[in-house]
Amino acid sequence: MAKTLPSVDVVTVGVGWTGGIVAAECAKAGLKVVGLERGQKRGTEDYLNVHDEYRYAIRYDLMQNLSKETVSFRNDRNMKALPMRQLGSFLLGEGLGGSGTHWNGMTYRFLPYDFQIKTLTDKRYGPNKLGPDYLIQDWGLTYDQLEPYMDKFEKTAGISGDDKNKFSGKRSNPYPTPPMKKTPMLAQFEKAATNLKLTPYMVPSANVSEVYKNPDGETINACQYCGFCERFGCEYGAKSSAEITVVPTALKTGNFDLRFNSNVVEILKQGNKATGVRYIDTVSGEEFIQPANAVVLTSYVFNNAKLLMVSDIGERYDPTTGKGTLGRNYCYQILPGAAGFFEEQYNTFMGAGSLGMCIDDYNGDNFDHSDLDFIHGGNIALTQTGARPIGSNPTPPDTPTWGPEFKKQSIYYYTRSFGIGAQGASMPHKENYISLDPTYKDAYGLPLTQLTYNFTDQDRALHKYISARAAEIMKEMGAKTIVPNAEITDYNIVPYQTTHNTGGTVMSLTPEQGVVNNYLQHWDVDNLFAVSAGNFAHNSGYNPTGTLGALAYRCAEGVIKYSQSGGSLV
Amino acid sequence: MSSDKNNVSRRDFLKTTGIAAGTLVGGGLIGGLVGYNIHGKGTSTLEHGGHETTNEAIGSPKAKMFFRNEKDFSILSKATERIFPEDDLGPGAIGLDVPYFIDHQLAGNYGSNSKEYMQGPFDVGAPTQGYQSRLTRAEIFRQGIQKMEDEAQKRYKKSFNDLDGKQMDEILTAFQKGDIEMVGVTSAFFFTLLRAATLEGAYSDPMYGGNRNMDGWRMKGFPGHQMAYITQIEDAKFQKIEPNSLGNH
Repeated sequence: MAKTLPSVDVVTVGVGWTGGIVAAECAKAGLKVVGLERGQKRGTEDYLNVHDEYRYAIRYDLMQNLSKETVSFRNDRNMKALPMRQLGSFLLGEGLGGSGTHWNGMTYRFLPYDFQIKTLTDKRYGPNKLGPDYLIQDWGLTYDQLEPYMDKFEKTAGISGDDKNKFSGKRSNPYPTPPMKKTPMLAQFEKAATNLKLTPYMVPSANVSEVYKNPDGETINACQYCGFCERFGCEYGAKSSAEITVVPTALKTGNFDLRFNSNVVEILKQGNKATGVRYIDTVSGEEFIQPANAVVLTSYVFNNAKLLMVSDIGERYDPTTGKGTLGRNYCYQILPGAAGFFEEQYNTFMGAGSLGMCIDDYNGDNFDHSDLDFIHGGNIALTQTGARPIGSNPTPPDTPTWGPEFKKQSIYYYTRSFGIGAQGASMPHKENYISLDPTYKDAYGLPLTQLTYNFTDQDRALHKYISARAAEIMKEMGAKTIVPNAEITDYNIVPYQTTHNTGGTVMSLTPEQGVVNNYLQHWDVDNLFAVSAGNFAHNSGYNPTGTLGALAYRCAEGVIKYSQSGGSLV
Repeated sequence: MSSDKNNVSRRDFLKTTGIAAGTLVGGGLIGGLVGYNIHGKGTSTLEHGGHETTNEAIGSPKAKMFFRNEKDFSILSKATERIFPEDDLGPGAIGLDVPYFIDHQLAGNYGSNSKEYMQGPFDVGAPTQGYQSRLTRAEIFRQGIQKMEDEAQKRYKKSFNDLDGKQMDEILTAFQKGDIEMVGVTSAFFFTLLRAATLEGAYSDPMYGGNRNMDGWRMKGFPGHQMAYITQIEDAKFQKIEPNSLGNH
């Protein structure tokens, strides 16, 4: 029998960036908030021994324990979905801070084009540019409407950047801190891109360039360029994350009760109101019911969708009829690029997660697609994130994968090779979606989230085109050997690609088009909110967190408004 | 002390050829002799009676917590050395204690797949769906080592331990291609694990038992655990930095 706890104003499911932001804003506004985090407490003091590639980058110490829960996957509806038994393609987070603890910190804003992609694409190329199988739609908020929230997130996180991107939407303020250091590799990229008449700028970074105090009074330290960012926590408190910013802000109010080892398994509902959540204390095994006036889903893309599905809230997407919005528009990201092999030696082992230069000339609709068989594009970047020896064994083409020649070449090129990579946008397709697995269960008896996903012709065309652009820059940089990324065929869940999964709980202007409105409020249940990159109607050519942080601030505003006025906010 | 295949201790030699166990078989000894260079430094090792009991080994992590016998451990060791051999740059897998690293990993969470989803039903699936074996890594390694030995006997009528390098490479290549029949897993997957574990042992922090003396890092020019590069990162010159490990944190 579940034990029912005293009711609170707001309960958040998960305490990473989104849960932390919602908790901080609501708690500051005087609401009583409970944060239910399925993982453990952690913070800067836990990252002091983090310079351990094997433990963190290879054995995924900070990531989700798949023995308890994973996802299942198939490329198409004719295949049987099978569980992702070990981590690979994407790295799910677990514990306070979520994936925002082991992120690299690249903090872009999506383009104005992204938020009105349907309208602007139709306007420029006619209504049939992609064909009916692609489900692109406007987001229900314009860039200008979301700008104040983007600005707010950048100030909370202390983002370092240079304001030199001419393709950026209008900014109300410069970046709160100056850009990171321009290393020789970056300067070489800048020169090559400039020679090619492109527009290089410094990657906006949450590895903060100087000590910064955010508007909530939290201090973020200066990055030391130690080379251990992605897949690691920061031992300096210099990589902005929930546990050094919004979580302490929320706790300071006295209105935030943060509970660990608390795995939510159901959203409880009566009529068209959520009454709270049911969760399991993963240490004691006890079940609790936490009643709340507002329930906010702030976990990862997959879990937000799953909780709605297992709680039977909203209509699940059916690819045969096209009906239902829950699970629709699942997108990923396409990774074009080119590797370069040089004679000169570089300090590739130094770096920071967001240390890089990039261009947006081939992103969004910043270039003409009239004669191309795809839309959108990708941000193309050279990043110096800190090459580590287990993960980085670059060899020129035709080198054996083991033995004397492999050893010689991989050691030689470890400091003489790097890649120019793009984050290619991913367009929603009617056959790519999230559902519940009919066979496999998690440790609590719930079905696994099931992914049905494959690359599409749009993705393959984009990949080929952008890889060629990356190779041009690499050539201009003077690489001796240039290897464009191999053309993509079918999506494979084994090799690491990116943790930028999006969609499934889309934000929309009308209930027919998505799961939540533009306050991230559920269309059917007005005291239920869901915020994650699952709200993205498609995935852009950037890292998602800048845009996601903005949506979390928008959501927090919605929850506070709802607590005052009730009812639908749109 | 034995650090490569050309410098094998007498004790190893006896164990791997079966002499110590009293199972001297016709070609076994000759095969063993052909496989080893017992000249040069090897003789001094013989005089000292084997590397495992030298002072250096006492109180060190160089002992087996997963493998039960010297023969299997030796097969693993030789295979890793073929994957990551000693050369003029520096030590290979054996010299870096990679086999001990793998042994220790197999005895722990890595070997028991404690963070992997291991619920059935099990199905082969498509390659794009990844690892679908019911077996743990420890089980895969145990079977894989046995299959390497079986394959050596089948092809050359010798223990894997007694093969020359070229023959070992042929067998490893057959595993890599998925040509060897294994139960519950493909030989290609086993080879992928073996190759990855070898590199992990060569380049992980020495606290795990491999990357002996940080020589893996030194060869590669990776300085290991350093607090900061903020004062060097803008320098155009390549920085040669003596590596540091977490044990010295």
